[in-house]
Amino acid sequence: MTFSDFILQNLQEFWHLTGFYNATWEHLVMLAVGLFFIWLAIKKNFEPMLLVPIGFGILIGNIPFNTTAGLEIGIYEEGSVLNILYNGVSAGWYPPLIFLGIGAMTDFSALIANPKLMLIGAAAQFGIFGAYMVALLLGFAPDQAGAIAIIGGADGPTAIFLSSKLAPNLMGAIAVSAYSYMALVPVIQPPLMRLFTTKNERLIKMKPARAVSQNEKIIFPIVGMILTCFVVPSGIPLLGMLFFGNLLRECGVTNRLAKTASNALTDIVTILLGMTVGASTQASEFLTSETIRIFLLGFMAFVIASSSGVLFVKLFNLVLPAGKKINPLIGNAGVSAVPMSARISNNLGLEYDPSNYLLMHAMGPNVAGVIGSAVAAGVLLGFLA
Amino acid sequence: MVAGIGAITAQGRRGLRINEVMVANASSSVVDDFGQYSAWVELFNSTFGPLEISSVYLTNDSTNPTLYPVPLGDVNTEIPTRQHILFWADGEPNKGTFHMNFRLTPGQDNYIAIYDADGKSLIDEVIVPASLLPGQSYARKADGIGGTGNPEDWEVRDGSDSKYITPSSNNIIKSTNSKVDMFAAQDENGFGMAVMAMAIVFSALLVLALCFNIINMIGARASQRRKAKALEDHSIPAKKVEHDSGEVIAAISMALKDHLEAHDKENTVLTINKVRRSYSPWSSKIYSLRELPKR
Repeated sequence: MTFSDFILQNLQEFWHLTGFYNATWEHLVMLAVGLFFIWLAIKKNFEPMLLVPIGFGILIGNIPFNTTAGLEIGIYEEGSVLNILYNGVSAGWYPPLIFLGIGAMTDFSALIANPKLMLIGAAAQFGIFGAYMVALLLGFAPDQAGAIAIIGGADGPTAIFLSSKLAPNLMGAIAVSAYSYMALVPVIQPPLMRLFTTKNERLIKMKPARAVSQNEKIIFPIVGMILTCFVVPSGIPLLGMLFFGNLLRECGVTNRLAKTASNALTDIVTILLGMTVGASTQASEFLTSETIRIFLLGFMAFVIASSSGVLFVKLFNLVLPAGKKINPLIGNAGVSAVPMSARISNNLGLEYDPSNYLLMHAMGPNVAGVIGSAVAAGVLLGFLA
Repeated sequence: MVAGIGAITAQGRRGLRINEVMVANASSSVVDDFGQYSAWVELFNSTFGPLEISSVYLTNDSTNPTLYPVPLGDVNTEIPTRQHILFWADGEPNKGTFHMNFRLTPGQDNYIAIYDADGKSLIDEVIVPASLLPGQSYARKADGIGGTGNPEDWEVRDGSDSKYITPSSNNIIKSTNSKVDMFAAQDENGFGMAVMAMAIVFSALLVLALCFNIINMIGARASQRRKAKALEDHSIPAKKVEHDSGEVIAAISMALKDHLEAHDKENTVLTINKVRRSYSPWSSKIYSLRELPKR
């Protein structure tokens, strides 16, 4: 072999390893999807904390390379760096850590002051089971249908947790779908809220919530964890961490831990979770007809969840005495997109009455939605795993 | 609650189960590493984590629980999650870790037990009936399922298609998830799941809501009691506080100064000098990489 042949052969081998050589149209489509997510996050400010890592993760996961070369670089190649980071998603331990942070960030006062609002959080979970029924109609197996339907809970970590257990092959599409629709909550929910409410209902003013003592705030996570986990032990990873985080926040003697859980830890896990979920959407796994059906079902689940929350409040108002009626505009907040859906309730309330601030009232069903979706995930896991 | 306690499953070494036993190994069955058709005992890790079983005891004598200690230092004594391990009852422990120092006797009841490392705590036991024929095994109907020494959980297997013998393998071979199959068959449209799951979600949150209603009421009563007590306390005229005169305070201060040598002027004097440093863009914060862009 001459020196020039040697150079040529090596360059040719290197060319075969490059992304340019291995690129297919599917890769290019996925790269475009990743760029679209990043654009949505930066320019439109849609859930930037999640869509930037997911979008960039999609770019990372869809750089074409020679999969037969054994370079240990792909997210599905055992031992690769991405694969190690992906373990938190595939083994399902990132979502409970995120729930720890959510617990440490969330003030449950609105819910403690008015416990009946918890039922709105329960009603909105019908989005999950409505979507489950439709998913079965579309030909999905019950475990796949359960994993897809959880998108209706509007809770990304819960969706990832459940899909990693019930349908790992669909997890990328489910996670991206869940986060996409969470980002689109301000677009999806207001028309539904207007559709299902009358002008008089939108003007209902609710009494300000009473002040909640610190003792009640401390008792809430302890009692909440014990009661919900006794009913649904399969929800322990999510519910246990959620309430634990909340106890760290409220007990008053673990401020450093609460601060770490709600800031540094959540940020670290969010970065890793978003990036690896994005990277898991490799073209070969993602660009399928199933993904389109999952996006369709996800949208349907969001619509059913938001609508059922609003309709449940209307129904609930029939039995509530005058003066204690609930403004149905807070029904949409039963989905657990915290605090975005509560903000939507507030904004819409102000649109019809500039003195009607619904934010604190809507936070009740909103945080109940977090608990409700974790319970629903536990139920699906218990029935189908 | 009683039903719940009855259903408790063990974790850790307590989850080790005798799963299948063959007393008279026929030539059609499994052979050991030395080509011998010896009696065997299959143990099953019924937990959802790997189980290290070295130093537990296996025995066929109820009066001697520490008959065969599983040797230390063999990496193969760790049973993976929900997996099996096979011990040979050939009375030849020198052949290796998995060859026990006792034999099983065909034609009579054979007692087999596992004891924990303390030699006293029984983990599992079974009596293999004397009626077991050569080539037949005595197996749990489902892997690791059932209590200790309960004959109802066991059956005789003759190697036929419906009663297959499975050394080092699952007693029940599953190709699908039975729960999913059941939902697919019984609940085609998902209505059953929706009703059950919504009922559970509502119940969980309703129980929580009721519980906090009660806590609310208790809190409100306690708050009222505190309020009433505070009002009562305020209704008692406060004792008139007699202030010390200026002379007394001055005398106390002088005495303290003399005693402690307290002084007004601090020992340390703070001096601020201007420090000159030559300018370099490398140390300028303007060019710092830690600066984040602001939108």
